[in-house]
Amino acid sequence: MRSKLNHFFRSKTASFVLPFLATILLFVVWEIVVRVFQIPQFNLPSPSSIYQAAVNYSPQILANAWRTLVTTTTGFLIAIATGVFLGFLIGYSRIAYLTLYPILVGFNTIPKVALVPLLAVWFGANEIPATLTAFLLAFFPIAVNVALGLDTVEPEMKDVLRSLGASQLEVFQKVGWPHTLPYLFASLKIAASFAFVGSVIAESVASNGGMGYLIVVASSNFDVPLAFAGLLALAVLGIVLYGFFVILEKYAIYWAR
Amino acid sequence: MIQHQSLTNSINLTTFETNNFLEFDRVGLEYSVDSKPRRIIEDVSFSINQGEFVSVVGPSGCGKTSLLKMVSGLNPTLIGEIRLQGNKITKPLKNVGIAFQNPVLLPWRNTLKNVLLPLEVVQPYKREYKKRLPEYKRMAQELLTTVGLQDFQQQLPWQLSGGMRQRASLCRALIHQPEILLLDEPFAALDAFTREEMWVMLQNLWMRVQCVGMLITHDLREAVFLSDTVYVMSPRPSSIIYQLKINLPRPRTLEMCLTDDFNHLFSDIRRHIRRG
Repeated sequence: MRSKLNHFFRSKTASFVLPFLATILLFVVWEIVVRVFQIPQFNLPSPSSIYQAAVNYSPQILANAWRTLVTTTTGFLIAIATGVFLGFLIGYSRIAYLTLYPILVGFNTIPKVALVPLLAVWFGANEIPATLTAFLLAFFPIAVNVALGLDTVEPEMKDVLRSLGASQLEVFQKVGWPHTLPYLFASLKIAASFAFVGSVIAESVASNGGMGYLIVVASSNFDVPLAFAGLLALAVLGIVLYGFFVILEKYAIYWAR
Repeated sequence: MIQHQSLTNSINLTTFETNNFLEFDRVGLEYSVDSKPRRIIEDVSFSINQGEFVSVVGPSGCGKTSLLKMVSGLNPTLIGEIRLQGNKITKPLKNVGIAFQNPVLLPWRNTLKNVLLPLEVVQPYKREYKKRLPEYKRMAQELLTTVGLQDFQQQLPWQLSGGMRQRASLCRALIHQPEILLLDEPFAALDAFTREEMWVMLQNLWMRVQCVGMLITHDLREAVFLSDTVYVMSPRPSSIIYQLKINLPRPRTLEMCLTDDFNHLFSDIRRHIRRG
């Protein structure tokens, strides 16, 4: 019996079934606690009432979730382009490393929430501040990791290529870029979550739509179940985004252990 | 008269090519430590003939690896000069194969693709890479068969053992038919039995290609087994203090390592090694 259980724990099915069961269990315990201790709806709504709110407001939730997804993705794509470009500069150019990198680090220490009001003044309370905040939070880890990847190529690996008379470009193609890919993908997983945080923060400070906006409006109307439904929708979005990159990573760097 | 002139020239050229293929001419090396210059290599002068396999042995820190990097052109030769067929080496050579102690296979390529790498970079192979790929693959497979890796073509480097990786690395160093094979302690990280097997495989590979071989090693038996000539370097600041011709017949076998002839050669070299 024991060995059978151990076998199950190591199986692929277990890695899907167990998290699913744990989530169900969490909601069941939550529901029981709320009912037994008669916790008021506006403190902690029960899962059943959250579900009810989600069903009632599903068009609004879907529309706002879509908007958040679009702003996050847009900001994130800009962040990838900028981050990879900056990473190359820092990784390959000594001058860029000495001049640009300290500025980037300094900029990165500014809490980005503090920038949202400014962005709203410049661009208005719409999707632009959310997109920009997503971008601002996400590009830094990408740039740093790409630079790190380029910088950590084994000198001997470069020597193998150079001893064949390879050009700088060829060394990059055959060694630099593939070596950097795992670093890039590690950063993409983090940066995707960062972008998501960025857009939701911006939406809740200054916006006219999106999940952050929906949650702020719901809370100010004391519609706590709807706010929770919004939170859960955000959790689902976040997991989907993260999962997407995990799968992409598996295919792109199949060779890594 | 003019004809006569050109005739002597061509004769000179041929003798030059076979007898002084690679020349080390008063090669030295200095490092600056705390802005004080420190001499590593005092004076290394010797030459390698066409098709000759030489080993350079000596205590650690005497600049053997630096010497190899200078031959390949990866590091500049600032004192003295190294000449390949009479031409001073100033930039990375295109026609060398290198294997290091660490096999440095590219982890994102399987064994076959790792071996094919030089053909993607070195001319004239690169020009016709797409067109002649099937032929190139056969070349790589032949080499891999010589070292017993024919069944591991699709494996990624981390799926291979240390010895297998080093064998693949040797195939990679030789597939583009280099004029010079440079080996920097290629078997130092392997266990004694695997190492001896590798000597035999390396000899087989080298006898197929018939290029100049230069091996840097700490293992004197390895040097005797593989070389036509062994050069011994002194401790820092180093120079060549002894050279020994190895006249054992080829192909050499591991049984030969147990003969008196072999052991005499070994002891002869051992007596000349001094610690730094």
